[in-house]
Parts: sequence; C-alpha cells; structure tokens
Amino acid sequence: MIAHFPILVIVVVLLAAPIVPLVGRKNWVFGWYVATGATLLSFLMSLSLLNTVLTDGRISYWLGNWEPPFGIEYVYDPLNAFVLVLVSFLAFMVAVYARKSLEAELQPDRLTPFYSMYMLFVAGLMGMVATGDLFNVYVFLEITSLAGYCLIAVGQKREALMASFTYLILGTIAATFVLLGIGYLYMATGTLNMADLAQRLPDLYQSKVVLTAFAFFTVGLSIKIALFPLHNWLPNAYTYAPSVTSTIMAATATKVGAYALIRVMFTVFQPDFEVTVVHVTQVLIFVSSVAILAGSIIAVAQTDIRKMLAYSSIGQIGYITLGIALMNEIAMTGSVVHILNHALMKGSLFLVVGAIVYKTGITHINDFIGLGKKMPVTMAAFTIAALSMIGVPLTVGFVSKWYLAIGSLDAGMWYLIPVILLSSLLTAVYFWRVIDNIYFKKPEKENADEQTPPGISEAPALMLVPTFALAALCVVFGIFASVPVSIAEKAAVMLLR
Amino acid sequence: MDIIISASPLYAVLVSLLAVVLIGVSGKNPNLRESWTIVAALIKFSIVVSMLPKILDGKIIEYTVFTMMPGLDLALRVDPLSMFFALTASLLWIITAFYCIGYMRAGKEKNQTRFYMCFAVALSGALGIAFSANLFTLFVFYEILTLCTYPLVVHKQTPEAVRGARRYLTYLLGTSIAFQLSAIFLTYFYAGTLEFTAGGILAGSASNTVITIIFVLFVMGIGKTAIMPFHAWLPAAMVAPTPVSALLHAVAVVKAGVFTLIKVILYVFGVDLLQELGLGVALAYVAAFTIIVASIMALRQDNLKLRLAYSTVGQLSYIIMAVALLTPSGITSALIAVMIHAFGKITLFFTAGAIYIAAHKTKVSELDGIGKQMPFTMFAFTVGALSMVAVPPAAGFISKWYLLLGAFEAHQLVLIGAIVVSTLLNAAYYLPIVYAAFFKPVPLGEGTEMHEAPALMVAPLVFTAIGTLVLFLWPTLLFDLAKLVLASVMGGY
Repeated sequence: MIAHFPILVIVVVLLAAPIVPLVGRKNWVFGWYVATGATLLSFLMSLSLLNTVLTDGRISYWLGNWEPPFGIEYVYDPLNAFVLVLVSFLAFMVAVYARKSLEAELQPDRLTPFYSMYMLFVAGLMGMVATGDLFNVYVFLEITSLAGYCLIAVGQKREALMASFTYLILGTIAATFVLLGIGYLYMATGTLNMADLAQRLPDLYQSKVVLTAFAFFTVGLSIKIALFPLHNWLPNAYTYAPSVTSTIMAATATKVGAYALIRVMFTVFQPDFEVTVVHVTQVLIFVSSVAILAGSIIAVAQTDIRKMLAYSSIGQIGYITLGIALMNEIAMTGSVVHILNHALMKGSLFLVVGAIVYKTGITHINDFIGLGKKMPVTMAAFTIAALSMIGVPLTVGFVSKWYLAIGSLDAGMWYLIPVILLSSLLTAVYFWRVIDNIYFKKPEKENADEQTPPGISEAPALMLVPTFALAALCVVFGIFASVPVSIAEKAAVMLLR
Repeated sequence: MDIIISASPLYAVLVSLLAVVLIGVSGKNPNLRESWTIVAALIKFSIVVSMLPKILDGKIIEYTVFTMMPGLDLALRVDPLSMFFALTASLLWIITAFYCIGYMRAGKEKNQTRFYMCFAVALSGALGIAFSANLFTLFVFYEILTLCTYPLVVHKQTPEAVRGARRYLTYLLGTSIAFQLSAIFLTYFYAGTLEFTAGGILAGSASNTVITIIFVLFVMGIGKTAIMPFHAWLPAAMVAPTPVSALLHAVAVVKAGVFTLIKVILYVFGVDLLQELGLGVALAYVAAFTIIVASIMALRQDNLKLRLAYSTVGQLSYIIMAVALLTPSGITSALIAVMIHAFGKITLFFTAGAIYIAAHKTKVSELDGIGKQMPFTMFAFTVGALSMVAVPPAAGFISKWYLLLGAFEAHQLVLIGAIVVSTLLNAAYYLPIVYAAFFKPVPLGEGTEMHEAPALMVAPLVFTAIGTLVLFLWPTLLFDLAKLVLASVMGGY
C-alpha cells in the first residue's frame, strides 16, 4: 500500500472528481464530505511521502511498472514532496472552509459540480508536481486549467464570465506554448522523461530547436504564474471568482506554476545552460524586480480588497522568480520557502476576505470600519497575515526576505535590497490602510453601529478554523523557520548541483 | 568574564506578556485589571534588580531562547549596558502604572483594556531590546515596540490622532525596514554574525566605504533616536494620552532608540574602528545640529507637550553626541544620561498631564500663576526643568558635565560651543515657565486656592522629581555600571 502512495496521492483526488456528482445528486453535502475526505487523505499521504524522501532520499515510481523512459515515471525529491504537501494541505483547508462559504455564494444546483471541478483542479496541480514526465506535466496542466476556468466562471457577478474567458484565452496560449516546448524537445532528443532529457540535452544546448523550446517554456509558464507584464488575467479572475476559488488559485496554482518553471530551468535544463548559453537570468532578475515593485505600487491604488490582494500576489510572484534567477543556494532556498510562505499568508488573507463577504458582502476597503470589534478572530488572522506580508520578524515573510536579501548580496547585487525593502514598505502602506479601518477609524456618522448592517458577528467555526490555522502557521513557521528552511535548502542544493 | 546561563532575563521579558492575557480577560473589572499591571510591573522590576548584584560582580547572564534558522538566534544577554535601560524602564513602569490609573480614570478614556494591554507589550519590547544578545533579537523587539505602541498613539481615534499615529508609524517602521534592516543584511553578509561583541564585529571584514555605508544606514535606520531629519514622529506622537508620552516617548521608545545606537556603536562597530574612520565625529556634528535646531523649535512651541517633545529631540541628541565622541567621559555621559534624562523628562510629562487633568490647560501661555494652584506639580516641574538645563542639584548636571569633559577629551571646540549655546536655549524655554507659574499673578476669574490633580497622579510625579535629586546625590550605581561597560569596550580603561 505505502509503496503505491506516490500514485495514490493523486488518484484519490482524481477519483473523487466523478464520485462527487454521484453521491451529491440528492444533496451536495455528501459531495463536500467526499471532497474533504479525499483532500485529507491525499494530504496525509503526501506527508508520508515527504517523510520518506527526507529519510531515504529520492523516490522513483514507475507507472504500471513500465520502465522509464518508455513508461511514465513519478519522481519525488525534497522539492516536489515539499510543494505537494503544501498543495494538498491547502486544498484540504480550503475544502473545509468551502462548505459554508460556497453555500452562501453559489446557487444550490452549482455546488455539486463545483466540488467535482475542485477535485479535478487539485488533482491537476498535484499531478504537475509529482510527475517526472514532461508530457504528463502538460496533461495535468490542461486538467487543472480547464477546471480552473469553470471555478472562476461560477462567480456571482457577470464579470466572472469575462474574467474566466480572458483567463481561458491566455491560459490556452500558455498551455500551447508549453506543449510546443515539449514538442521541440521531443523532436531534438526523442524522449519525454525529465531525467532522460537532462542527460541528453547538454550536448544539444546550441541547437536552435532546443533554444526555441526553452523560450516557449519560459514564456508559457510565465503567463501561468502571472509574471508581470503577463499578469493581465489574474486580477479580475481573483476578484470575481468565488472566494474559495480565489484562495486556492492564489495559494497553490501560481505556486505550482513557479515549481514547473524551476523544474524546467534546473532539472530538464541544467543551471549552466541558463548561465552560459541563454543568459536568461539577467532578464529574469530585471523582470522580477519590476514585478515586485509594480505589483506593490498598483496594489496601493486599489480600493477593492480582492484586487489589492491580487496585485499583491503579482508582486510576490516576483520574489519567487527573483530567487530563482539569482542562481545561488541562499536565494534559491528563499524562493522555495517563499512558495510555502506566500501560500500560507495569501491563503489566510483570501480566506479572511471570504469570511467578510460571507458575513457582510463587503469588499470595499472603506467599508471595513469597525469590523475589528465585530469579527475579532477573523481580523486577528488578517492582521497576523498582513504583518507577515510586510515582513515583520517572527513571521514567515521575514524568513523569505532574509534569504532573498542575503542571496542578492551573495550574488553581488546589492541594488536588489532596496527593491525588496521598498516593496516591504509599499506592502505596509496598502495593508495599514486596511488595519487602520478595521481597528482605529471611527465611523464618520455618529450612529456608529448603523453603518455596517447590525448583528454582524464572527464567521462560523468551519470557516474560522482554517483561516486562523493558516495565519497561526505564518507565525509558527516564522519562529521555527528551520523546519521548512532545511527542506528548502536540500531542494536548493539539489537544483543547483 | 564569567557567564551565567539563566532564564531570568526571559522571565523579565515575558512577565508583562503574561499580564497582557490577564488584563485582557479581566477587562470587565477595572480594579482587577489595573492590579495585574501593577503586579507585573513589580515582578518585572524585582527580576531586573535580582540580576543586578551578579552584573556588578562583573558577570554576564545569557540565555538562548530558540534558534530561528541557522545563524539567527533569539538570544538574551544581560550586561552592565543593558542594566541602564532595563532598570530605568522597569522602575518607571511601576510609577507610570499608578499614574495611568489616575489619568485614564480622571479623563474617562475609552478602550482602556486595549490601552493597558498594549502598554504591557511595550514594556516587554523595551526589556527585550535591553537584553538582546544580537542584532536580530534587537530588531525583533524593536519592531514589536513600534507596532504595539501604535494603538497607544492612535488611542483617541480622532482624525487628528489617526494622522499623528500614521506619521509615527511611517517614520519608525519606514526607517527600520528601509535602513536598519538593510544595515543588518549587510552586517550579516560581511561580518558573518550578528552577535554583539565588545570591540565590534565589523572591523576588517569589509572595505571602509562599505563600513561607512553600514554606519550611515544604522544611524538613519534607528529612527527612535529622533535624530534630524528623522525626528518628526516624536512631536506627532504627542496626540497620545500623556502617560504614553511620559513612559514611551520620554523613556521606553526613545531610550530604546539611543540604547540601540549605543549598542551598535560599541558592540557592532567598536570604538577603534569608528575613530579610525572619523565617523564618530561626523555623527557628533549631526547630533549637535539636531540639538540646536530642536532647542530653537522648542522655544517656538506654545503647546506644553510639544515643547517637551522638541526638548526630548534635543536631549536625545546629547546622548548621541556623547557616545559619538568615543572618549571615556563621553561614553559615561551617554550611559548615565539614559537614566537621568528619563527621570527628568518623565517628571515633566507627568506634570503636563496633571495640569491637563486638573486645570484643562495645554498651553504654556496659560500657565501664569499655576504654581499657587498646583504647588506640588509645579515643584516637580521645576526640578525636571532644572535637570534638563543641567543645574545642580538636579541630576542632569552630572551627565552634561561628563559630556563637556568628553568634548574636551576629544578636542572638539565647536561641539563645546554647541553644548553651551544649547544649554542657554534650554534655559530659555524652560525657566520662563517656572517663572510664570510661581511669580506671575493668577489670571482674572481664577481662584488661588489649591486645586491639584488626583493623588494617584501627583504622588508619582513627586516621586520621580525626588528621584532626579537622589540621582544627583548618590550616582554611585550609575558610575559603577558605566565603569564595567567602559572596561569591556575600551579595553582596560
């Protein structure tokens, strides 16, 4: 049984996708039970996989016992076992949260299909992470993307359809680029297995076909992770999708995209390809810096909390790609650990927004006045996550910034430190407006309690627990940072070897 | 040097955090709630005092709380230098705790539970700074202190308070993230450690240019010293209730700033390195500029608290100048001034609060004849003012005397001139208040009968005023501690 965890971890969720509509025909709640149970199982299995990888080293699993490179191979190393735990954990947390949130946000007949799509979405993401076969990456990428379009389109407002359509177009372009990249590599090498490709490619680095493939990969994946200026689909998608969708996409989808980018750049291609052949790192450092600053600056200008968080995500993606591009172990550790850290922070923040929407329907920052008294636990979670985004020490945000800054110095690029810190300051600006409104501003009119509808209280426990758990983890992993950092370091050493 | 491993400093830091919880749960019962503050303050002070004999014996107490990640420990260390700040903050917290009760109840302030909770966190932050064993730990507590004082500054929640508090946060958080954190990154990268070490960790690790840049970043990044041009947060913070201005913006927060700077100068750069690069003198000149300009600004303020705030800006730069002279007397002056100025300035703020509560006056021009109505308060004010101007028998004289000695040792005639001029300016903005209070007639329509603030407010301010006099008469403890610090940082002085 345990020997088959490498595939079961995905199959459980994938199989749940058709089971959900079967059991949920009469009552969607059964669908919810299946979805939550499947993600929990998958999370537990991925924990066990991570444990095995850390104690025994790399796991290679042959699908249907077909020997690679002919069959599909699933490979687990510190990097993807780490990301897999993260994805399945968030999928579980969001599933728990979804019950109440979706009930309020969607029409009843859309609930069961939603959970089914949610399962496909998560299974796709996990598949992308687990597989060691490049074509398999594309298959799972399409599964997760198509499910993602549905998850966005069910949003309450009509704008959701447009947002989904925009993402459909751009996402399809991205997927096509990735497919073209895979095709070219296959043409040049005759294999799709990543480890195999890694062995054959170094002789072909000067080949035009290989160079073209690399270009398609980077641009395609950059669209998927919404790297500025290819971010256009993201703000509207996060704003008009149901809260559950925004959370899972912000917390996991872009992270898995970043993971795929790391894999292509450092496993399929080798680090010296980027250094000696294409010099892509200089470009990526520049683009990442622009993304970090632009995302933060545009976020300052937003008045809708979800738009603000969306642009903030665009900035945060810049941190991840910056650490990748610096090509040293310290910065790479920062990148990998930021995949986790940002998922926790942004996940928590989007869940808070979902709770506010559930209770009040408010998304405009100026209407948040007085919420601190009415929803104290939710707002405490918001404050913790916001402080973490700013990078206050003893939160995870500080850990990421520390590694990225020291990594920048290590690479001899001291001028990146102002970029990182300026964005911290901008983050403080846009989050502090919200915190001021929540706790410290008095309502303008005298009749204080009339402003927000009366009787607003704390969100239900099913929403509160996941929200607060993620916020609490921001502090736990901020204090005991050596736990994720040691795994991330192993991954970084492996990637840059 | 003997090192003792003991968790006492950790308990001293944590005791007020525990009080936060107790204050929070007993919010419905004000008497119980306030007694938690007082109990915590007493315990905290006694823990600090219990460590004093060992420190005076030349021992050092260390405790590593946890390792956050490789190279970054949250670790505490109690040495003679930390004692200056820890004793000051923990002793004055007890007194302020009583004063707070009088002020907050007489003023019928809202959100008192939040107020007391944040106040207790602030004290944890202050002691954490005092006891930090490395730059990372110091930065953690520095930021905690900034964040937990924000609700105290914004306390009244009026648009004016929100504006003031925003400026407060912008300056303190902004400088600490933009400059101090950069300096810490660079220090870690070049020195490979953040551990405070007598004699410094940076010497020989980087080029002179880089060290100069790090020094400038530190000076700019420690915004709590209120050195110009990073001083504007301190007047802005005066929108806070007076106990906050008293304990935090005359003692805990601003002293955290100068303490951090002293620590960085002596334990990150080291006296020799700064002397070699001439950076100490440069800093002393910036401080001199701040002193003069702040004194002139103070002269122009009619609002009493604002005048005190600008006076604080100036007085803090005395400390900065003193340590920047890098001579034995200069460093001694800086160390003892941490405590001496705290006693004097907290007295002055206490009196400003008492005048506001008893007579509803906030302006200097309204204080004619108030000495007859509030004799105890104005006696204390006079003592505080004399300490600021440095007139014996107030303790301020001692620190300024050593500052002048230090300036002579460093052969800085310009700085001596600046100290003299600023002393005259200090007299010019404090003594007229004393004169008006005691010798000008009471305005028409006001009685001359005694009308003091509640006893819970008057007793603390008389106590700190007497403390200012006591420190002048028996400064032995201060000098004993200062000698120990000098012995470690100046090698056998």
